[in-house]
Amino acid sequence: MSAAPDRAAVAPVGRASARRLRPLAWAPTLTVATFALPIAAGLAGTIAPAFGYLPAIGGKGFTLDAWRELVAWPGFGSSLKLTLATGFTATILSALLAFGFCAWAAGRAWGPRAAAWLAPILATPHSAFAIGLAFVIAPSGWIVRALSPWLTGFDVPPDVATVGHPSGAALVLGLVVKEVPYLVLMTTAALAQVRSHEHLALARSFGYGAREAWIRAVLPQIWRQVRLPVLAVLAYSLSVVDVALILGPGNPPTLAVLAVRWLGDADVRMWFPAAAAATLVLVVVAASIVALLALERLIAAVGARIVARGRRKTALTPLIGGTAATVAALGVLACAAMAGMALWSVATQWRFPGAMPSGLTLDGWARRAGELAAPALNTVVVGAIATLVALVLSLACLEAEQRRPRAGPPPALSLLYLPLLVPQVAFLFGAQVLLVRGGADGTLAAVAWAHLIYVLPYLFLSLADPWRALDPRYARTAASLGASPLRVFVAVKLPILARPVAIACAVAFAVSAGLYLPTLFAGNGLVPTLTTEAVTLSAGADRRVIGAWALAQAAVPLVVYAAAVLLTARRSAA
Amino acid sequence: MSGETLSLERVRIVLAGRTLVDGLDLAIGPRECVTLMGPSGCGKSTLLAFVAGSIGSPFVAEGRVRVGDDDVTAWPPERRRIGILFQDDLLFPHLTVGGNLAFALHERVRGRRERRARIDAALAEADLAGFADRDPSTLSGGQRARVALMRTLLAEPRALLLDEPFNKLDAQLRDEVRRFVFDHALERAIPILLVTHDEADARAAGGPVLRFGSGGPLRG
Repeated sequence: MSAAPDRAAVAPVGRASARRLRPLAWAPTLTVATFALPIAAGLAGTIAPAFGYLPAIGGKGFTLDAWRELVAWPGFGSSLKLTLATGFTATILSALLAFGFCAWAAGRAWGPRAAAWLAPILATPHSAFAIGLAFVIAPSGWIVRALSPWLTGFDVPPDVATVGHPSGAALVLGLVVKEVPYLVLMTTAALAQVRSHEHLALARSFGYGAREAWIRAVLPQIWRQVRLPVLAVLAYSLSVVDVALILGPGNPPTLAVLAVRWLGDADVRMWFPAAAAATLVLVVVAASIVALLALERLIAAVGARIVARGRRKTALTPLIGGTAATVAALGVLACAAMAGMALWSVATQWRFPGAMPSGLTLDGWARRAGELAAPALNTVVVGAIATLVALVLSLACLEAEQRRPRAGPPPALSLLYLPLLVPQVAFLFGAQVLLVRGGADGTLAAVAWAHLIYVLPYLFLSLADPWRALDPRYARTAASLGASPLRVFVAVKLPILARPVAIACAVAFAVSAGLYLPTLFAGNGLVPTLTTEAVTLSAGADRRVIGAWALAQAAVPLVVYAAAVLLTARRSAA
Repeated sequence: MSGETLSLERVRIVLAGRTLVDGLDLAIGPRECVTLMGPSGCGKSTLLAFVAGSIGSPFVAEGRVRVGDDDVTAWPPERRRIGILFQDDLLFPHLTVGGNLAFALHERVRGRRERRARIDAALAEADLAGFADRDPSTLSGGQRARVALMRTLLAEPRALLLDEPFNKLDAQLRDEVRRFVFDHALERAIPILLVTHDEADARAAGGPVLRFGSGGPLRG
């Protein structure tokens, strides 16, 4: 891997072509540098203080004090256990439900269409969903209200913890609701790349039901493409901060939340154990990825034995029906979460245990329009800049690849997956220290760059498949008519691929709009977005206020997504 | 095995107002191979999908399919146990050659040793003894085609459908594979329905031939 960037950098400046400057050939290098350098610098800037080195606040030598302090903290053991339990439970549950749902949908004609409905859930930020979910499942939430007092007898909310339960169950639920649709969409995309229909028909002719056939004959084939998204879900679930702040237990919290909390401490000496906690998150994620890959081997070995036995009906058959029902229930929960936010934002009053608000009004929105404006503008501007830069870099990489087809995609580009796997908290702390030293923290540009790191892989990954799949004869035909490569790009490729480009941009924008920690760290609190404000308010503000912010937070990327789909609809129908 | 008959009764298949198959009646006895000839796009593969049970929208199909005494028209594909061989061998790339055969081998064959013995026997029958642990991608086209047939037969189908299975093989290999398929398939006491546009296939099958017109729909 380490040699890869060199090769990409050297290849374009061969001696023969040294005179003609070819900026496109530099695109992959520039793209990788855009995110790999800040990540590397940030990791170094986090790991060094974990071992005592941070001269700015007096840390000058190598010491293990930070680790001793971290381990001696009374909640450390529970925090580590909580982190691992929630991360693995959320990931494994999400994967099982997503694959179960796909297996269940395999025998049905409308399966692929159902997947299309999941896209809006993906566009909604994690934290907005978490807030909406809290409205539904809290002791004073919609579910208890709907059953009170006629069934439960409650006149006041019961004194139990659902949100913030020490087990982290609410956190797991919040993650699963968002990750199942993501994995279903990734699986559906992978299905298009293998001959799933024919293999399914074949396995059924051998006597396997559609669901059993899908699990045995199709899933193992697409696993290679689905593995990365599953690992990304694992890395995310183990290190997430915003959802854990909203739905996770407060004391002790997960390791990532602990790191962020200590970093925010007025006493700068807490930065050392904070850096140690952030480094530990990195170690936990890396070890967990290795563990999951080992589990993959185990499942493959056991699976091969089970398949060889040839049993046509197994315990899987009823189980898959159960997963499909669970996914349907999660869908209802997701809709309730969104509806709950919307209702709270227009409620005059909503006393417990009323199932509905006592009245509806737009006054709240009118009053808060002023406060919402600046963060909304920041969200849009940062998202637009990050998306635009990511689009230019991605198109340049893809175009460079197509103009030198023999070279193939440069190996360095596989580093694009890095931001999906490296926990945010592990490098953002170090990156912030560097930004502060450079005097760039708290600027819009710094925030946009931090967002670019996450926007780029998603935009590239969703654009690359359709771009590479375009029939090369279009470009060749245009070229044979005398069109320059630039003209082919502008007048042939871009118009044909307008829809995938627009949707990739909408996905990228949604990623940006949902980013919490990168905004907080790079912005140093000076560049508030709808997401940072909504997460901050969720800690204790009036539900009518939180509802409005969460809804605004969800609405911005949804509007962009809807615009991308609608504006390019005519072209796809033609 | 006494053998069962595969019968189609008044089968009609319509696609967007165009009738592909109109009132087809057909009965194929055990060890008999009926060939349907016709140009591509005439609906032959669609008819096979109807028999196998995997036809779906946008096609509209009516008529009955019987295997022996069972009316299987309303049955899902996995209950019909009608084997198919497609143009491509469709060996599962994630399984070994032996794994592919074990996938299909009837569940009635119990026990690891017994199943392994059946698979080894099938490989020997296909002149591929010792290939069980090979990755299918390391096999030649002819070897893959033979594994695909053995795989289909190990599932103990009650009838066999051949959907232009020799179409993608080169000319020399085609004769060899064709002989192998008919030799081994006709050995089982099952009815076989072949669709093709190659006259040589029909000759090798040696049974009755029905022709799809290029203009009108197929009638029986």
